[in-house]
Amino acid sequence: MIAEAGLAALWLAAALSLLQLCLGAASLRPAGEALLPTVRPVAIAQAVLVGLAFLLLIQLFLRTDLSVKLVAANSHSAKPWLYKFAGTWGNHEGSMLLWVAILGVAGGAVALLERRLNERTAIATLAAQAAIGLGFYAFLLFASNPFERLNPAPAQGLGLNPLLQDPGLAFHPPTLYLGYVGISVAFSFAVGALITRDVGPAFARAMRPWVLGSWVFLTLGITAGSYWAYYELGWGGWWFWDPVENASLMPWLAATALLHSVTVLATRDSLRAWTVMLAVVAFSMSMVGTFLVRSGILTSVHAFAVDPQRGAFILILLAFYIGGALTLFGMRVHTVKEGATFEAVSREGALVANNLLLSAILGVVLVGTLYPLGVEAMTGEKLSVGPPYFNAAAGPIALALVVVMAAGPLIKWRRDKARDLLKRLAVPVMLSAGALLLVLLLAPGVSILPFLGLVLAAGVAAASLAPLWGRNLRRTPLFTWGMVVAHLGIAVSLAGMAAESAFTEEKLVAARVGETVKVGPYSIHFGAADPVAGPNWTAIEAKLTARRGDGEPFVLKPQARMFNSPPTETSEAAIATSLGGGQLYTVLGKSDGQGRWQLRLWWKPAVTLIWLGGGLIALGGLLSIIGRVRRERRAGLREAYA
Amino acid sequence: MKRLILWAPLALFLIFMITVAVGLYAPADRKITSRLIGKPVPEFALEPAVASHPTLSSADLKRGEPRLVNLFASWCVPCIAEAPQLLELKRRGIPIDAIAIRDRPQDVAAFLAKWGDPYQRIASDPNTQVQIALGSSGVPETFVVDGRGVIRYQHIGDIRPEQVPEIVRAYEAAR
Repeated sequence: MIAEAGLAALWLAAALSLLQLCLGAASLRPAGEALLPTVRPVAIAQAVLVGLAFLLLIQLFLRTDLSVKLVAANSHSAKPWLYKFAGTWGNHEGSMLLWVAILGVAGGAVALLERRLNERTAIATLAAQAAIGLGFYAFLLFASNPFERLNPAPAQGLGLNPLLQDPGLAFHPPTLYLGYVGISVAFSFAVGALITRDVGPAFARAMRPWVLGSWVFLTLGITAGSYWAYYELGWGGWWFWDPVENASLMPWLAATALLHSVTVLATRDSLRAWTVMLAVVAFSMSMVGTFLVRSGILTSVHAFAVDPQRGAFILILLAFYIGGALTLFGMRVHTVKEGATFEAVSREGALVANNLLLSAILGVVLVGTLYPLGVEAMTGEKLSVGPPYFNAAAGPIALALVVVMAAGPLIKWRRDKARDLLKRLAVPVMLSAGALLLVLLLAPGVSILPFLGLVLAAGVAAASLAPLWGRNLRRTPLFTWGMVVAHLGIAVSLAGMAAESAFTEEKLVAARVGETVKVGPYSIHFGAADPVAGPNWTAIEAKLTARRGDGEPFVLKPQARMFNSPPTETSEAAIATSLGGGQLYTVLGKSDGQGRWQLRLWWKPAVTLIWLGGGLIALGGLLSIIGRVRRERRAGLREAYA
Repeated sequence: MKRLILWAPLALFLIFMITVAVGLYAPADRKITSRLIGKPVPEFALEPAVASHPTLSSADLKRGEPRLVNLFASWCVPCIAEAPQLLELKRRGIPIDAIAIRDRPQDVAAFLAKWGDPYQRIASDPNTQVQIALGSSGVPETFVVDGRGVIRYQHIGDIRPEQVPEIVRAYEAAR
């Protein structure tokens, strides 16, 4: 019954989104004013129904109802409950339902909360949101029904891909999806504002919390995904430039650019057309990302089981939404008036530089991701674009961006003097110079990108705190804190990335039990290799006793795991974090059959800073949202009493 | 002019759509045969890619025994996916040589240490001259060369586990 109820809820939600679109369109017509109040309740009802459908699917997975095809294909009764729960979105249909559910609920939230925008623009936004939803409802109902029954029901399910059986997975995709789909609201606002020709500060202010919110989730999702890949894949790397990783990075880059340009629009009423464009691009990137992952068109470690029909369906949706929005942009944006002007050396100028550099990185990543596809389409040959391209092309731009980021917040709006700016930057520049000397003296021979990274990280960290100098910290607005924390997070993350690539030590050995291996400051004693068993896996577990100098020894237990269903081998790295943020990373490999085991050992100084920085960036975003929403609310109250 | 620029995003998007649509509807069997099949390998002599292995030259491919020549790179993710299959081919007694594309010695050494070493000889092709001469535009790619130095088979992309027998057949046929 649950499956049927879920399907019914989904159909009803789809019907309501059609209604929302029609009512919205009708109410924007000259004589349609009377219909305006009907749109919001429909949007809210749709949100409730699609949310319900998703909860029902979770229920099916928790019960392991094997008469449902999706559950039988992706779950197993002997699986820990957390993975039954997370299994709901560990597959194509379930994750698409999650996608649509977030889309619907975000639309409902706009209907419920957005009161400051011109009512016609708000309704046009809701209609646009419904139009996006409608396509994805059709995709679910006609091409990927998650509630399909299986008759007869099998005795046991096939299980979830073991790589995905990890606590990280329970939260990684939903977080990322909240970011991906949250940005749809910005897209809808942009479309709405283009339709009603209402691009201005009010539109920017309405859009801003949504951009910030989805950006926070994207940041968290990418950070968590990077850490997950780092410890679960057992490759010791934290970013692989894999197409699926790029698919999440591209919307993040666009959203980062957008949240800065939206600030310019809200504060100074400049960059109108550009902001609209970015809002369209940001959500387009998340749809393109979804398409690349779902169509199986690019080879990737992440690719879901896919068929070209689904790919074609998403491609048609892409053509409609992105093509439609860009056509609207081409037709309407010249009616958007030029906003306020500014000098080159000004906060606006720095933010424009930020936007251009971010767009350049976005272009580099997009080209690198799609290049194999383009070559294949033209010549039929398959090839792979790897880190040498991405690091060499995106790295220098990213470093330039970091320099702009350090200076930006210290520049005044409208116009500023270059000489004054240099004075304000004196301390950060000196710190960078100090770091430069330190690295040259202590670690000569570091290659150029990590070297620049280390040097810049020191100066940028100082510069990011500079907006707080000489201010009463308790009266500093929360969104300023947010900016400071997020920029500091970039510096911290940069330091971690640079240190990781400059100072990592790696050892690969074939060791017998009883031998001792040295890596970095640690000596590691290989104590034993014993079989162990878990709920749905068996493994060989190594007992490694590590010791740093004369310090307290501690035990690491990396495993080579064999999962029962589906039969798959994974390596579970064992990782110890030192006080300074470095990590000792150990992986147990294969036995050579003669008593020797392959051990891979890494010493990665300061590597945790990468994710700590990611966390700080997200925290900064969160502080900004709270600060902005509070201020808007106060402004709203002032207006109400005036 | 300014109005035209406003349509540029749409034009770019259309190019993207066309590329992708072609990719999606290209025949599922993406096997293409090289025009070099049946032709001798181009003459080349390259530096060794890594200290632990001798280098490979076109003369080494004309010594009477068929060989596999694998084009790989330490920075290429599909090459990692392919590594176990190459080890399997080596286990079956097939000699494999390699050309490392745009790579550095320490990276090649690390790659071999990490993912296994199926190779007898490895040449370094830093500027992809030989790769281009061989009619290959990407990594990984694998050629079957017979004992007289004639290319008999070309496999584009990573060798998947189910494709191992195909390679073995091509190797046997080149004897």
